[in-house]
Amino acid sequence: MATATGVYHTTYGRDFALRHTRAEYARLALLGAFAVVLPFTLDKYWLSYVNLILLAAVAAVGLMILTGYTGLISLATAGFLGVGAYTTANITTRLHWPMPVGVLCGTVLAAAIGAVFGLPALRVKGLYLAISTFAAQAILNNRFRDWPWLVQGHFSIGAKTPAIGHHVMRSDFEWYWLLLVITGFVVWGGVNLFRTGFGRALIAIRDQDIAAEVIGVEVGRYKVMAFSIACGLAGFAGALQAHYRNVVTWERYDFDTSFLFVAMIIVGGLGSVSGAVYGAAFMTWVPAYITRVGQGIQQGSSGTPFIIRELPAIQLGLFGVVIVAFLLFEPRGLARLWQRAKDYFRIWPFRY
Amino acid sequence: MTRFLQLTVNGLANGAILSLAALGFVLIYKATEVINFAQGQFLVIGAFMVYNANVTWGLPWPLAVLVGIVAGILLGLAVERLILRRLVGESSLAVIMVTIGLASALFGIVLMTWGAEPKGPPKFVPSGTVRLFGDVAVAANRLWAVGVAVVVFVAVALFFQRSRHGVAMRAVADDQQAAMVQGISVNRIFAFAWALAGAAGCVGGLLLASINSNTGLELEGFAILVFPVVILGGLDSIMGTVVGGGIIGLLVEYTKSYWGINASQILPFVILVAILLVKPYGLFGQVRIERV
Repeated sequence: MATATGVYHTTYGRDFALRHTRAEYARLALLGAFAVVLPFTLDKYWLSYVNLILLAAVAAVGLMILTGYTGLISLATAGFLGVGAYTTANITTRLHWPMPVGVLCGTVLAAAIGAVFGLPALRVKGLYLAISTFAAQAILNNRFRDWPWLVQGHFSIGAKTPAIGHHVMRSDFEWYWLLLVITGFVVWGGVNLFRTGFGRALIAIRDQDIAAEVIGVEVGRYKVMAFSIACGLAGFAGALQAHYRNVVTWERYDFDTSFLFVAMIIVGGLGSVSGAVYGAAFMTWVPAYITRVGQGIQQGSSGTPFIIRELPAIQLGLFGVVIVAFLLFEPRGLARLWQRAKDYFRIWPFRY
Repeated sequence: MTRFLQLTVNGLANGAILSLAALGFVLIYKATEVINFAQGQFLVIGAFMVYNANVTWGLPWPLAVLVGIVAGILLGLAVERLILRRLVGESSLAVIMVTIGLASALFGIVLMTWGAEPKGPPKFVPSGTVRLFGDVAVAANRLWAVGVAVVVFVAVALFFQRSRHGVAMRAVADDQQAAMVQGISVNRIFAFAWALAGAAGCVGGLLLASINSNTGLELEGFAILVFPVVILGGLDSIMGTVVGGGIIGLLVEYTKSYWGINASQILPFVILVAILLVKPYGLFGQVRIERV
């Protein structure tokens, strides 16, 4: 296996490349093979969780662009998931337009509303902006809950299962391939975004906004655009999720869900697109695993065991503890841990 | 006219309590520049502790309130010492997110300890109504809560004007380095601010529980109204919390009655965003000139 023990690039093209060594290409191929084999090895229960991870990863990449690369916080990811979900549900069930149109409308609307709540970025920064998104979450969640027109007078609203020709996509297996392609594109786009001028402007704003302004970055405009991208991706994920789960209810879009996404990008590692995916996987898989363990215990004993009764509380508490612990002990998250592990083996048996 | 008077009195009463709930928030921000997203949990924990001491353990009310305040102070100190002190000098991003994580963790603990079912208010809260100005009926628990809020605010004002620690806190808020040069221990002031915020959270939570006549997780829903209050008044102004609390309290009551409950739930947050766009540092906040 070829390994890189130093920087020997002779062209700019080589220097900009995402992958430098054959080992890195081999790892990518392994990952691809893993993604292809995975759905054949999992049962329906775990495959549905894999799909949820892929969906969460789309929104998490959006939030990562906003928080990890531009340095702005959004506490309204769930609100914008909801915007996408309700938009596509209404469009496909009322107007009977096809699903792609609904998803597109949901994405665009979420991006537009996100830009509106990002407008305070023109006047204030940091803490104040976080509160603005907090207000967005409060307003949006209230609308989902108490706007009879939006939910057509019901408690929840259904979203159609998509169909290709006469074939209706119902199974998790089919959804897996669709979501794999979509999430793959989003991650690929996210990684490459930061090799463009636009992405580098965002990073400049995060690192030192005054210096960014001096070198000609329109800070206010870029911040609003970052908001718009993050909220648009959240809307996109929400719209897809609505079609995947067939039903849209307001409880799925409350503050807790927003916090969950913040937790995802912190655990994954701020400032790393792949970190967003690790975080989405970790924060979706752990609660599912806890639930499974809880059910296992329940079968073994009589009555409702502590862990099942307190499951929501344990999950919430654990999210909080995980966020705090990562911020205190490994602020760069899982992505950094993985990087360190790779570095260790790359130069083994030397220390550095 | 009677209805308008009634709404005004109710709104002002709610406003007084909102101000108190927002006080802890402002105290922490003023001294340490941390936005504490866990303040809502401080309120809930304070309310539950008092309820627990008063109803479950059967302590008389002065002791129950004391238990709640001590718990609030310990909570504030623990949070400062174990978490926030390690993050001094880190980016505001990390600090905000750590308090969000803290909020989630505390929420889990509250849920596990006291459960999701709401309990009644502590037993010592008065019930019934009192008539003012002839025919304006006001719930006695509201009047009681306003009385407590006024007492607390006068005490806080006196503390900042007269006491040594209060002046030291203002000095730290003005300029940390200059305060250090004067021999003020900034670390101790930070701890002190968190302890005060914990105590204020306890009293605020108790009052919220008494006007809503229940002690439960719903209090948190009311507690998020502190954000519009502090942004309207100015994040670092104690005067601002009083005025902001009054304005938000009144607006919520008026819109609830004349326009519908939904409008009243959204309006404070619409005001929040509007204020951020027009006058970001609020009515009384210190304007900081910085490039955006």
